[in-house]
Amino acid sequence: MIENLDLSMVNWARATFALTAMYHWIFVPLTLGLSFLCAFFESIYVKTGNQQWKNLTKFWMTLFGINFAIGVATGIILEFEFGTNWSNYSWIVGDIFGAPLAIEGILAFFLEATFFAVMFFGWERVSTRMHLFSTWMVAVGSSLSALWILVANGWMQHPVGMTFNPDSARFEMHNLWEVISSPVAIGHFVHATSSGFLLASLFVVGISSWYLLRNKHKKFALRSITVACVFGLLSSIFVAFSGDEHAFITSTTQPMKLAAMEALYTGSSGAGLVAMGVPNPFKQPGDEQDSFLFKIEIPKILSLLATRDFNGFVPGIDDLLYGNTTHNIMGVDEKIGYGKQAVTALGAYKQAKKDGDTTGATAALEVFDQHRAYLGYGHLLSVEHAVPPVSLTFYAFRVMVSLGTFFILLFVLYLYLLKRGTLERNYPLLLLGVVGMFLGYVAQQAGWIVSEVGRQPWAIQDMLPVTLARSNLDTGTVMTTFFLFLLLFTALLIAELKIMTHQIAIGPEGE
Amino acid sequence: MPLQHVYTFYRDGFRSMVVGKTLWKIIFIKLFIMFAVLKVFFFPNFLATNFSSDAERASHVLTNLTEIQEHSQLGSKQTPH
Repeated sequence: MIENLDLSMVNWARATFALTAMYHWIFVPLTLGLSFLCAFFESIYVKTGNQQWKNLTKFWMTLFGINFAIGVATGIILEFEFGTNWSNYSWIVGDIFGAPLAIEGILAFFLEATFFAVMFFGWERVSTRMHLFSTWMVAVGSSLSALWILVANGWMQHPVGMTFNPDSARFEMHNLWEVISSPVAIGHFVHATSSGFLLASLFVVGISSWYLLRNKHKKFALRSITVACVFGLLSSIFVAFSGDEHAFITSTTQPMKLAAMEALYTGSSGAGLVAMGVPNPFKQPGDEQDSFLFKIEIPKILSLLATRDFNGFVPGIDDLLYGNTTHNIMGVDEKIGYGKQAVTALGAYKQAKKDGDTTGATAALEVFDQHRAYLGYGHLLSVEHAVPPVSLTFYAFRVMVSLGTFFILLFVLYLYLLKRGTLERNYPLLLLGVVGMFLGYVAQQAGWIVSEVGRQPWAIQDMLPVTLARSNLDTGTVMTTFFLFLLLFTALLIAELKIMTHQIAIGPEGE
Repeated sequence: MPLQHVYTFYRDGFRSMVVGKTLWKIIFIKLFIMFAVLKVFFFPNFLATNFSSDAERASHVLTNLTEIQEHSQLGSKQTPH
């Protein structure tokens, strides 16, 4: 069956999933961040009693509502795809994903649905403090729902707290806390949510800057910018630190991803960080070609980031593929050998159970248990298949980091000019603020490309390659759904842009 | 009656919506396309449709998991170290 797998089906299924996830992530980060900004704006209104802050809050809340309404349920399509295109994966992880997604459903539904209604319908119907409480609860609820889905994603990147059951062919959870508190899951959560805060701040700054450029709603824009810049600056600094911590964790849990992020083929002690460079597109693992056509490197910084030691050893792609005895790194070739033993033992166990051979089943299970950690490697076509797309991961990482640095500078500049009272006359910076809003989305997508492309070929790290996670479907079916989604999501995006730009053109009440 | 208050709260809220009316239309159209069209015609659950019991589904997945690809190039490269 497996030798007949149609790889192009896998690629269409990958493309469909990537398309859905990328469109979904246009809406999600803005929801995460704008909900908190609305809570900040409303808190100021409640504290000062100033009606203008109330109007300001209502305006941003309307944009939040538009984004929420257009984006809501787009994530469900990912679940459709699990069942149809990724049925093996869906079956195998059912037990792990069931709990977090159920918790998400309950928490998100009760928190968001209840307080969302109070937030939008309750301005004149509930007390000021009750309304403020509801706004905060919507913000907390949004982040909580993101927690569970990111826990699930974190588990795929670093599967802990589970055991593979050879009878049911499923990973079964034995420790929910271990799944939730996994450093990868926590790292994903804090980095993704704080980047959402950053994006929402850029969004508020961008639209407010546009008003200033058009000489409209000046007081409103300056107030919005002040709060958004403080939140944005704090968020962007937090994003930088959480990203650093995330990369540090990746160096131990997914060293191949880190090597791809740096296009590092040969590991070294005191490894430098490539600040700028062009990876050699013809470079293959194990060959003698240079990894880069051109690069500017900061000495020893990669070692510091990956090992917290200037002279620490950072393994390259070749070390991870072919092993490095000096640094006690087992190569993928050896892992494939163990993986094949695990796969064979699993097959023998299945057959022995079918034949009623208890002794044979016990013996096969013993062999499987010895090699189960390498199960996924038994399905890799070759050693080199363990390498993710290097150039895409490398460039996406640099886009994300460069933009992240740019955003910190942008917020600092805005705050400086706000303090001097000259922001509204600085047209080039205001224009940069508008552009920055769009660049925020680029950074978001680049971050997910690093995370998801960088972990290829694995659907579940070391356990299940993507090629085995899919369903046995023909390419045409999956290709059709790809274009259907392209159509649906593009229509939704156009609707969002149209309604939002109309609302922005109207502007806040009472201005 | 607290339930009546909740009902009135939602009823008045929905009646006073401005942008919300358009958004609800979009939400309903979207949900209809997703659940009545895409889910039904394009996204059947593969294992639920093709197998009648969990045991059969597990067996199918296990079969996939226990077949090793033939074209493995294991050890095709030598360690450079």
